Amino acid sequence: MSRPTALVLAAAGTNRDHDVAFALDLAGAEPRITLLSELIERPALLDEGQIVVIAGGFSYADALGAGRMFALQLEHRVGEVLRAFVAAAKPVIGICNGFQVLTRSGLLPGALGHNQSGHFQCQWVRLEASPSRCIWTSGVAAIDCPIAHGEGRYTHPDPAGLAGAGQVALRYSGGNPNGSIDSIAGVCDPTGVVLGLMPHPENHVIARQYPGFTRGDRGGLGLALFEQGARYAKER
Amino acid sequence: IEPTFIDAAATADTGVELVEIRGLDDEALAVVNRERGLSLDPAELRTIAQHFADAGRAPTDVELETLAQTWSEHCAHKTFRARITGDDGQAITPLLQQLRDATTAIDAPFLRSAFVGNAGIISYTEGTTIAVKAETHNHPSAIEPFGGSNTGVGGVIRDVMGAAHRPIAVTDILCFGPTDLAADQVPDGVLHPRLIEAGVVSGVADYGNKIGLPTVAGAVLYDPGYIANPLVYCGCIGVADDAPPLTGPHAGDLVVVLGGRTGRDGLRGATFSSATMDATTGDVAGASVQIGDPIVEKLLIDVLREAAGLFTAITDCGAGGLSSAIGEMAEGVGADVDLAGAPLKYPGLRPWEIWLSEAQERMVVAVTEPVWPQLQQLCDRHGVEATALGVFTGDGILHVRYDTTTVLRLDTRFLHDGRPQREMKATLPSPDRENADPPPCTDVTATLLALLRHPNIASKEAVIRRYDHEILGSTVVRPLIGARRDGHADGVVIADPADTHGLAIGIGVNPWYGELDPQRMAHAVVDEAIRNVVAVGADPDKVALLDNFSWGDPRRQSTLGELVAAVSGCCEASVAHGAPFVSGKDSLNNEYLGADGARHSVPPTLVITAIAHVPDANAVVTPDLKRAGNMVVQIGATACEFGGSHFAKVHGAATRATVPAPDAGAPRRYRRLHQALRSGRVLACHDISEGGLAVALAEMAVAGRLGLSIDTLPGPDPVSALFSESSSRFVCEVSPDDVDWLGGVLGEPVVVLGTVTSAATVTLPGTPAIPLDTLVSAFGAQP
Repeated sequence: MSRPTALVLAAAGTNRDHDVAFALDLAGAEPRITLLSELIERPALLDEGQIVVIAGGFSYADALGAGRMFALQLEHRVGEVLRAFVAAAKPVIGICNGFQVLTRSGLLPGALGHNQSGHFQCQWVRLEASPSRCIWTSGVAAIDCPIAHGEGRYTHPDPAGLAGAGQVALRYSGGNPNGSIDSIAGVCDPTGVVLGLMPHPENHVIARQYPGFTRGDRGGLGLALFEQGARYAKER
Repeated sequence: IEPTFIDAAATADTGVELVEIRGLDDEALAVVNRERGLSLDPAELRTIAQHFADAGRAPTDVELETLAQTWSEHCAHKTFRARITGDDGQAITPLLQQLRDATTAIDAPFLRSAFVGNAGIISYTEGTTIAVKAETHNHPSAIEPFGGSNTGVGGVIRDVMGAAHRPIAVTDILCFGPTDLAADQVPDGVLHPRLIEAGVVSGVADYGNKIGLPTVAGAVLYDPGYIANPLVYCGCIGVADDAPPLTGPHAGDLVVVLGGRTGRDGLRGATFSSATMDATTGDVAGASVQIGDPIVEKLLIDVLREAAGLFTAITDCGAGGLSSAIGEMAEGVGADVDLAGAPLKYPGLRPWEIWLSEAQERMVVAVTEPVWPQLQQLCDRHGVEATALGVFTGDGILHVRYDTTTVLRLDTRFLHDGRPQREMKATLPSPDRENADPPPCTDVTATLLALLRHPNIASKEAVIRRYDHEILGSTVVRPLIGARRDGHADGVVIADPADTHGLAIGIGVNPWYGELDPQRMAHAVVDEAIRNVVAVGADPDKVALLDNFSWGDPRRQSTLGELVAAVSGCCEASVAHGAPFVSGKDSLNNEYLGADGARHSVPPTLVITAIAHVPDANAVVTPDLKRAGNMVVQIGATACEFGGSHFAKVHGAATRATVPAPDAGAPRRYRRLHQALRSGRVLACHDISEGGLAVALAEMAVAGRLGLSIDTLPGPDPVSALFSESSSRFVCEVSPDDVDWLGGVLGEPVVVLGTVTSAATVTLPGTPAIPLDTLVSAFGAQP
């Protein structure tokens, strides 16, 4: 397998599907934007992918709660094949709305609440990878990338236990933008193949995208995350 | 979702009313005009009455409403097309014609389409074209701020889609009353500026964030003139593969409506927005404000991304709804439309309501029969409703039915060309342009801090961070820049991450100049918009402009005179800079009729948007200071020009002051500066605008979190040097070795102002050092 196929799942209102497809392409994967409705119609589509990405946006306008409708569809229409996908240790990543989907569908622990500020925020943050079992962040030190969300405050009843289990993959560093518990920005499942995170590493895959670029500075590329995912899918 | 039960009684009333206007005199016609909210002129009413007298029948309600919408100020730009006579009896070239003439005279090689269709179209690089458009949504935002601005964004995005381009960025310029206005100062029926601001900002954020477009460039202005009439300008930029223009619709093509369903929301929006507001507007016209659904429009973008070749013509449903979309497309071709086939949100709509509803997120496309199943399949895949409502006929007649009942039959020539040209009179302003003495300024530091604190100059971070300006990964120069990412950029630059070149967007607006000298104001704001894009690295030879006028009632001669003066200023500046206007829009009648009987008009507010080509997106420049030890220099000359200045705002206006005059050397200066910027040796560049040089320097220091030691000021006197707002000036940061080089490239003298320092202070000549923290907190940034 030279380039693993990454299925980028999109529903009505998903809007960072093309951004993440660009990042996956640069990272050496073959992105294929797949409509959730098509997957529901033909769950076997999932066998054609080695990576599953749930992209950011406002799926179904977040009408029943951020990511809720997408999660219900995943759980009830393709839950079985998706669990089999994860059980086969194929990597899954959910970004922003995709993270909300994964927590609501029970694939990831914890939940995401409204930002402490009470409103949508768009700003750059620095992420530091915590020692964890996450395959996406393995060997990744720090990533600079933007957040763009209104409901990104991560909550969990036992963050220390979560960290102890090696499931805290990413933390905000140098400021907690949304009030997340223990500054947690991303968590993985107990196997380490499923990662969810609120920030958008797909929006920092070339040096020019970094705000400090105009000052001659370089930041940690979010591309590293996708390269890890692609490498893992390829070598698995 | 199909309703399981349809109330037959509620849907039964599909009747058409005949309105007998034949033979009515002006007075009786005026009654019809008022009762039906048509907002038509007496001459127009007479023409319509005569048309139907000749046809030997009375018009239907649908026909009357359709004519009122199509002939509304909002749709027909009656004032911009009017025959205007000056006080001296001299005829003035119609305003739209003047702008078109300027664009023709410039004959820019990158111009593809100007002043036709939904948006202006330009091409800066081989293989792609760019569509640009800006709109206002002022009246709706006054009575329902969230819905008004929300659908303003949605509407202008559809304009770009209606030009067959894929939207890639959104802009917004917002004008509000002072947010600290005392509650008892709020006029009857008007919302408090703070409420309006909160709603408008949320509305812009909601639509842009959900549809997935970066909201990049903009401005927020505060003035008492906007208390009853807030202004909301929304712009959109789109991209497409360079392809021959669409040729349809052709006879035989299907009339297909895509997207959202039709409901009673947004009835008579075009006529409502052409009327003066008063205390009752919110109650009377509540249904005129539409309801937005960005997800549906996002799906339309997804469909259209894959629908190239599946339609022969496309337009959006904006003001006037289907009546204006299908009416415009059918011009010269004719169409036969059955409203009974239109998908409705709920039953019970009368034919005129279906025809005129401004329900959002709808596009109309002309589709040839053979590809119709293919388009249906594509729409089905994305979950977008597509319905064929009829067919373009080829007989030039617009025929609208409800099942078998004819509700409208109009010759499209009468609909589009039958309107009598408006005759108007203008009294041109005679502004004071005598040179005045510089105003006194006893405390430079206090003045500078007051300027930085002024809401028009202070940080807009709280607003900007509510908008997603990162999506698509294309934002290179962000609206917030610098060491702490909290300084304001002059212009923004977007560039497809897979590409090396980019687009810069700059905004120019200054209503305070407009109040004193509309002609100079127009020239100054065109210059400002261009200055903003040049400062970030755009090529001055590849700049296109949009004009958006928000004015008071032009039937008042002095108000029209100010508009005439502003248009001539626009044309002069456009030709001088070689930057053509490609599209524009006017929103007139931004007035509020107070309970006291007095009319309150907005100040003359012209927003200029510049869209320019950035040859190298990796070589952009921002205004934040970069390194201690570098020099800062001023480019361009200062004169004593305090008219409409922010210095005058914080000190009270001087008895005599002039608005900044055009600088004939500006076009040449910008081209040379561009060469300097492209070399990479200019490390920071900032345009000088509101608040003058002192504010520009403070902004650069704050954004870079570096100090400045200024020892030399340009002439003519220290107060003018620091606070005058003369046009066409920049501050640049270069290494000490490059000062002479910069002067050489520019071919004109530069003033070496001083040095960038690592001390956390800004020192101006003859003034104690001002701590950087003091400037930061005055500006409203986090220390």
